[in-house]
Amino acid sequence: MSDEPILSYREVVAGYAKPVVGPVSFDLGPGDVLGLVGPNGCGKSTLIGALTGTSKVLSGEVVRKPGTTIAYQRQRPVRETDVPLRADELLRLTAATAEPPPSLRPLLKTRVDRLSGGQFQLLTVWACLGGDARLVILDEPTNNMDPDAVAALSELLLSSRGDRAVLVVTHDARFFTGVPARVLEVGR
Amino acid sequence: MTFAQVFDPLFRVPLANGFLLALVLPLLGAYVRLRNEWLAALGLAQVTAAGGVMAILIGVHPLAGSLGAAVVAAAIKGRTERSGNDVYAALLFFGWSAALLGAANSTRGEELSHSLLEGQLYFTTWSNLGAALALVTIVATAGTWLSKRLLLEHFFPESLAANGASPWKLHLAFDLLVAFSVALATESIGVMATFALVFLPPWVSFRIAASWKRALAHCAGFSVTAYVAAFVLAIVLDQPFGPMLVGALVAGSLVLLPFRARR
Repeated sequence: MSDEPILSYREVVAGYAKPVVGPVSFDLGPGDVLGLVGPNGCGKSTLIGALTGTSKVLSGEVVRKPGTTIAYQRQRPVRETDVPLRADELLRLTAATAEPPPSLRPLLKTRVDRLSGGQFQLLTVWACLGGDARLVILDEPTNNMDPDAVAALSELLLSSRGDRAVLVVTHDARFFTGVPARVLEVGR
Repeated sequence: MTFAQVFDPLFRVPLANGFLLALVLPLLGAYVRLRNEWLAALGLAQVTAAGGVMAILIGVHPLAGSLGAAVVAAAIKGRTERSGNDVYAALLFFGWSAALLGAANSTRGEELSHSLLEGQLYFTTWSNLGAALALVTIVATAGTWLSKRLLLEHFFPESLAANGASPWKLHLAFDLLVAFSVALATESIGVMATFALVFLPPWVSFRIAASWKRALAHCAGFSVTAYVAAFVLAIVLDQPFGPMLVGALVAGSLVLLPFRARR
């Protein structure tokens, strides 16, 4: 396993027409879990957008290890009211072939539009974590989740580390209690 | 007319042509519905009808005019880089206006305008059938690849861009495929029957199917059944085909809609 970072932010200032957040620096290597924590509106998603192309790098540098594949769970997952896609079909889309956690197994044959908000959130998190992407980005993954689902999410993070890097963006620093993650406060 | 006339050699090419369109259009319609662009078929059909009429006015083959107009419409849609029905509504109004104004200024244009609006399946030829076969081949070849990316892009919109792919290329490829399909169908079965094939089977299937795979099977099965029934009834009862097909699709929808997927 190489120690070369999968992702490096070097003094990155991100924004659109004007700077929104930064400068921010961090390295993310294989097996790392990094929490970007800050209040709503502080620019956490803008910072991630500098990597995915939805915002601009106004100064500094984002360096991604060549060949790194990314799985990205957005802040508000697209959840239609009338789409006949089954949970297991959604997992196949992202090549999430790993054995799903017990909390998801009973739901695999259910249409995604019949899941609760928390169930769907957990499913999309697993769709990212259960695949072969080297870098997984979870943007506010605890949205819509009750305490049991948040606990299940922590278990997912712990059980699926491997040699991938995970970047978790959240306004709730308490989520990282019991999760071996580095935490970087944004916007302070 | 009698039932035996359904098997008249004269009707074989139209029957096969319509069958292929009835098979493919609802499958594309499922992805159009997924993208919340269900007005696409009607907007594109009106524009292709306008293209056919304009082609007559300048002395070009109507099918070429229809296909050209469809490609231009898809490109305009692609340039706006937005999904949804707004652009298709604008194309619908433009197409309707241009088709009728073009028809008002040409005798042949008026004749073609009527046939495009109402459908002229019985007069389709080997060139129509060849184009429909080409469409089926494209969908059969690229369908799985396209399906995965459209679904992935729908549920994980940032994934393609984050991994270096260009979402606009995917959108353009799909828009062109839909435009090509709608142009062919409008030329053969008319504006409203084309819209009905794209809209009604996915509308019903999305409610009753237990999975995406089954939804696609429902779409194709429902559409083909309604098409064959309409084809036979139109000949036996000596009725126009387009309205008969739309009627069969609406009747089938009313029967199927009360069923809901259990999970």
